[in-house]
Amino acid sequence: MSENRPKIKKEKKQPISDRRRFILNMARGIGMATIGGFMWSAYIDEATASELVLRPPSALQEDDFLKTCIKCGLCVEACPFDTLLLAKPGDNKPIGTPYFVPRDVPCYMCPDIPCVPVCPTGALDVQRVTTDDKLDINSADMGVAVVDDNSCIAFWGIQCDACYRACPLFGTAITIEYQQNERTGKHAFMKPIVHADACTGCGMCEHACVTEKPAIFILPRETATGKAGSYYIKGWDKSDEKRLENAHAIKTTTELSKKSATDSLNSSLEDLY
Amino acid sequence: MKKLWNNYRYLFLRRFTQISLLVLYFGANAWGWSILVGNLSSSKILGVIPMSDPYAVLQMLMAGAVLAGDLLLGVAVVTIFYLLIGGRAFCSWVCPINMITDLANFMRRKLEIDRIVGVKQPASRDIRYWVLALSLIISYIMGVTAFEFISPISMVHRGIVFGLGFGWAAMLIIFLFDLFVLKNGWCGHICPLGGFYSLLGKFSLIKVHHSEENCTLCMKCKDVCPEKQVLHMIGKESLPVLSGECSNCARCIEVCDDDALRFSIRELALQRKTGE
Repeated sequence: MSENRPKIKKEKKQPISDRRRFILNMARGIGMATIGGFMWSAYIDEATASELVLRPPSALQEDDFLKTCIKCGLCVEACPFDTLLLAKPGDNKPIGTPYFVPRDVPCYMCPDIPCVPVCPTGALDVQRVTTDDKLDINSADMGVAVVDDNSCIAFWGIQCDACYRACPLFGTAITIEYQQNERTGKHAFMKPIVHADACTGCGMCEHACVTEKPAIFILPRETATGKAGSYYIKGWDKSDEKRLENAHAIKTTTELSKKSATDSLNSSLEDLY
Repeated sequence: MKKLWNNYRYLFLRRFTQISLLVLYFGANAWGWSILVGNLSSSKILGVIPMSDPYAVLQMLMAGAVLAGDLLLGVAVVTIFYLLIGGRAFCSWVCPINMITDLANFMRRKLEIDRIVGVKQPASRDIRYWVLALSLIISYIMGVTAFEFISPISMVHRGIVFGLGFGWAAMLIIFLFDLFVLKNGWCGHICPLGGFYSLLGKFSLIKVHHSEENCTLCMKCKDVCPEKQVLHMIGKESLPVLSGECSNCARCIEVCDDDALRFSIRELALQRKTGE
């Protein structure tokens, strides 16, 4: 059998030189690292995309917080009310970082803020909850309460001021606005109004809300607030009007069309005739 | 009984250290103990001595975080500790993943999986250094601590202390990977924290020392070693294991029936060698 087989000449391959081996190995390593690097980065981009996470008091801005938090859980252990949780795999929050769910357990605003000074990295920054060299939990900014006036029964005309009563900044962060109820003619609406500049986002209102799904809830400030931008000035406010002092106009000129008005109006119809 | 102790004394001590550390961390969160509070990323001993994971802090630095003084102190404590006792001592004496991969490795030996897949090493052990470099690059580009977001070590440790969530899946993945895909896959090839401690451990004082004159070439040590390449001198030369990749797990010392391996202090071992 074997004799009938055509003899295949075995070509001897040159041994690979050390230099070639090194360069190829490096290229292989870099190629695989690129694959891994993109997959890894894509995962991190997704994993850190969640914008609806409520952080402990005095946390840095979210992107700085993600850089600085070492995920040690010391703040979680310091919290006497078990408010703070560490994000577990499956919680769909940046893994290992502290957060809280006010409907379950709100922040009870301890005056000594035990969760903050224990932070070893400064991701929870004592300076952000300090006024006149004293810890001041009322200056915390964990988020802002938002009222859904469609599901808030106080807006229906049913008397409820649970959130107003629960607010630790009583009468400051939430006030009640009285308004005549024209449906009955003799009752008043007592509507809760949140003042975003005073609200700390502790979530005691959300915790206290009587509706099935809370009609008042905490959102991160970035998510809950808009921004008017620099174009609009309160003309009735002297301090706001000062912004005009150093303002300078940006001159823009739009070149007038040389064509006559009828030409311009009819030009797009030319194809039809 | 005496033989059992002799053959497994370091394994027993390692499990004791690993589990007691876990219990101390767990107790701090569950019952408010203050001996060891936090987790492997950063913690405090008795509320005084800070400890921080130097590799995590390196990633923070790359990500552009402002580093607090407390944190740097914690890094110094951990770095000096492992510089003295051997960088990868963390891997075999502290890291909870080690228990998972050791179990996988044990079952691999018992089920004789190597006989069906062969003993050829399909992957380089240098992958860990590539992953280490990559993690720093990604930290820099993405502005977050890259490995801390995927690390099964912190996931498992945090899970045991604070609640596991889907962390069990990470444990299972590592176990199956080491059992069926790659021998010593995670700890011996991929883990960048191990890579980091390998680099740190190059200079450590405590080393395993081999005396060639006692060696009978039974190769039990190489069989049991999770980082075989560090034992290249077995039966050839009397040398300390100088590679930082040795995790000082001491399995080789236990299985050696001929007293050819033991712990020694680096300088003494080197002196003895040059003196002979």
